[in-house]
Amino acid sequence: MKITLKDLSARHATARRGARPALTALTLDIASGEQLAIIGPSGAGKTTLLEVLACARPHATGDLLLDDTAPWSLPRRLLQRLRGQLILVPQVPPLPPRQRVVTAVLAGRLPSWSLWTALRSLFYPVDIPAADEALEVFDLSEKLFERVDRLSGGERQRVGLARALVSPARLWLVDEPLSALDPARAQQAVSALVREAAARGVTLVATLHQVEVALAHFPRVIGLREGRLVFDLPAAEVTPALLARLYASHVHELHGAPPADEPPAPAPPVVMQCR
Amino acid sequence: MATEFKPWLLLEPDALRVAGRFLASFLPPAHGSDFLWMLARETWRTVAIATAGITLGLLIAVPLTLLATRTLSVSALTGRMAPLPGAVRHAVRLLLILLRSMPELVWALVFVRVVGLGPAAGVLAIALTYGGMLGKVYAEILESGDAQVTQTLLRNGAGRLQAFAYGLLPQNAAELTSYTVYRWECAIRSSVVLGFVGAGGLGQQMDSSMKMFAGGEVMTMLLVFVALVALADQFSAALRKALG
Repeated sequence: MKITLKDLSARHATARRGARPALTALTLDIASGEQLAIIGPSGAGKTTLLEVLACARPHATGDLLLDDTAPWSLPRRLLQRLRGQLILVPQVPPLPPRQRVVTAVLAGRLPSWSLWTALRSLFYPVDIPAADEALEVFDLSEKLFERVDRLSGGERQRVGLARALVSPARLWLVDEPLSALDPARAQQAVSALVREAAARGVTLVATLHQVEVALAHFPRVIGLREGRLVFDLPAAEVTPALLARLYASHVHELHGAPPADEPPAPAPPVVMQCR
Repeated sequence: MATEFKPWLLLEPDALRVAGRFLASFLPPAHGSDFLWMLARETWRTVAIATAGITLGLLIAVPLTLLATRTLSVSALTGRMAPLPGAVRHAVRLLLILLRSMPELVWALVFVRVVGLGPAAGVLAIALTYGGMLGKVYAEILESGDAQVTQTLLRNGAGRLQAFAYGLLPQNAAELTSYTVYRWECAIRSSVVLGFVGAGGLGQQMDSSMKMFAGGEVMTMLLVFVALVALADQFSAALRKALG
């Protein structure tokens, strides 16, 4: 999917009037099938940019075109259909407890399924091989029928990525896909993601904290700082000087070690209300 | 003294004697085979009234819940709900208020006039009131949980009912079930009360036993109520464990 941003600005979801916009005067062209990493210190507007691209929130000014269509001028039904052609993978995918991994992965198929197929799949998953294959890519196929609340943070994160693989989307927007993975797993996950996106001809936009990973795996890297574009270059042309400027006063993030795999979070108790 | 509540009347010798005689007649509980047979039949009828009422109530409540739940709105993903869906949601909430603001006893009195004495009136009365209650509480349960699961699905282009089946429902299944079973228990109780106005079941028998001062029979019926409520409790606990 082709993306065009022209002079786009956006505000934080909870911003007050007059607050600094999360994104300012952003102009960007992403060709169909291109792979792009967004780097920058915390609070640079990386996640906001992904959400704007995912049509998850309207932008304030400027233009956003997906395949030459302005999503926000579409009627709601068509906008929802367009959303079915892209997938936003949040940093920690929210999954209902007790759901099976296979169901959570196949939920990526929902936009292409009828309601009837979706309901049938709840009782007997309709495409187990596809889910298994997607999990295999992230080395997680032994968890196919596990409950998601028994997974660790890193495993949940990879379930979210596997969901993108089975989805009919032509644009993957991946937010910090490595935040809960150990370095070895992170390398494996990101190369799998890039490989699969290339094999499917899907446009891939990922935000990343790990600068080296971004430079090593993505052909094109853009740097965001305080909502503005600092650079937009092929990975080979990103110099240490540019990175130093991007991360000025955030140096620890430039070299910070990624967090280790977390133990599974205990399922929250079911709150019973008195009524 | 507007309530004319005079507790000392309870302690007057005459009143004590009457009440004492009535209470004393509670023991032993009636256990004649004819009576027990009739009791079993009426108990079955009471459970059937409550179950049919709740089932009809669910048919009313579930679609209204789906319309009233904000979390399932596509337009609310990006801020405020669009005007038309917003208006529909308000209309549905108003309808739920109307349904449940009339006590089932009043509905029963209305329906006894429309469909005559018997279980049909009880079933309809329970269906309407409980439809309103279930719809309101279901919508609140669904809205009180974490909306992110559902929003993620909606944002990725899933339909609203799909998002319900893959996000909201598995998230809240245990609580919804436990509340439904509790309401079924309430429906059993209230079908007994409805019996007093002629809607059939245990209540109607209890009414006549009371009028005849047959304390033993009343006692047996009260024991049956306790057993029914305990049964509902067990059932709910088992379901919650299975879904929990």
